[in-house]
Amino acid sequence: MVSGLINANPTVYEKKERRVRSFISNADEYAVEPIDQQEVFDHVRDIKDPEHPYSLEELKVITEDAIEVDDEHSYVRVTFTPTVEHCSMATVIGLCLRVKLMRSLPMRYKVDIRVAPGTHATEAAVNKQLNDKERVAAALENPNLVDMVDECLAPTYG
Amino acid sequence: MEFLEEANYQLKEIQTLEGHTDRVWSLAWNPSTGRDGVPPLLASCSGDKTVRIWERNLSSGSWDCKAVLDETHTRTVRSCAWSPSGKLLATASFDATTAIWENIGGDYECVSTLEGHENEVKSVAWNASGSLLATCSRDKSVWIWEAMPGNEFECVSVLQGHAQDVKMVQWHPTMDVLFSCSYDNTIKVWWAEDVDSDNWQCVQTIGESNNGHSSTVWALSFNAEGDKMVSCSDDLTLKIWEADITRMQSGDGYAPWRHMCTLSGYHDRTIFSVHWSREGIIASGAADDAVRLFVESKDALIDGPSYKMLLKKEKAHDMDVNSVQWSPGERPLLASTSDDGTIKIWELASTL
Repeated sequence: MVSGLINANPTVYEKKERRVRSFISNADEYAVEPIDQQEVFDHVRDIKDPEHPYSLEELKVITEDAIEVDDEHSYVRVTFTPTVEHCSMATVIGLCLRVKLMRSLPMRYKVDIRVAPGTHATEAAVNKQLNDKERVAAALENPNLVDMVDECLAPTYG
Repeated sequence: MEFLEEANYQLKEIQTLEGHTDRVWSLAWNPSTGRDGVPPLLASCSGDKTVRIWERNLSSGSWDCKAVLDETHTRTVRSCAWSPSGKLLATASFDATTAIWENIGGDYECVSTLEGHENEVKSVAWNASGSLLATCSRDKSVWIWEAMPGNEFECVSVLQGHAQDVKMVQWHPTMDVLFSCSYDNTIKVWWAEDVDSDNWQCVQTIGESNNGHSSTVWALSFNAEGDKMVSCSDDLTLKIWEADITRMQSGDGYAPWRHMCTLSGYHDRTIFSVHWSREGIIASGAADDAVRLFVESKDALIDGPSYKMLLKKEKAHDMDVNSVQWSPGERPLLASTSDDGTIKIWELASTL
């Protein structure tokens, strides 16, 4: 597809320490526990970058702070930061995030995915495409693209 | 319309139709059913690559799946449309083809396949007489096909002009004027001064610079008279347009559509579908799982006609509402389709 790497030498950051999710000891164990920022982050942090053997967390494409969750209104917004401004992999990364959250979150959830403002040359076009569910549906019927996404989501990494 | 202002109305669910195994994108009521003792019939299409035909049993009142049209499309079926006579069903698919189906002795058979688009076909529509069919695609083009004897379809025009993915095509309810709406945020109007010449041209582009939408235009629909049009968009608005169609009908040339009003502040997420009933009620289906109804309001005649929300049905579905369509027939029913894999049939009932 692409000859040569888009970003040959990405900066790799340290992974965030994995926190044990805290529970209130005397709470009703059957009570519905709302989905929070940390839980959503845990779903996406280990997604592999399409061209490097690093996770989106290690490349700081995704941080916990870039995830907004409103469980009451069943809403999540993920803002990711491509490693370079002209990253042609931005839509693939966005697609991976969308697929992972589609598979992980309850179906009542609405998910918006966008590029961090000012971090991509064609930010508006990437955002529009990632949030057009018809185009996403068509993309996910493309076997090559699905292979690429599945590889990034493979549990062997992280 | 006066009575609508005085009473309180609700959308009452009659039945949920289950059977599709993926999101249901769209549906079409058969125009020759639902009156004169003919039970109402509709077709629905889905990401599961099938089309289902549903009919209301007149004695039990229950809707049953009469047929599953499968093994023809190899990808999502995005859109379906009955010919005006109700004899043929056209289905548009992401597999880049459009199929034509005929009910032969109770079985639906694929009698023709229309090929030519480079990739996903997004929408299909028949003109009022059933002589022309339009399709549109992610390849940015709109095709006009002529129905020939023996279920043959000949492409008479390939219309280029949209800069992006074309989401929907729709013919004017009485005249051979074609409308297309697109991911490029515009609505284009296609017209042939002399239909027999097949000299179709874009006669108007409605974009943001002339009060049009600022994001993807997903759908449009006409009122019964055909002099008003409503469009819906990813920009979270509905827009109402009007045109002097008597000028066109009297042969004085093309009459452009003018912006009448914008309904903003009602929707929180993308509006995928809009449909205008013969009684003048506009239904919208959106990505916030709700169905809303709008009617013309007589309150603000000084600034010209305006529209107000008649009701909002929250959680009409468990997921995005992809399509809303009013039925033909004496007492219109509303049908909606959703990402939750179901079709719901609704009745507009008075709460008083």
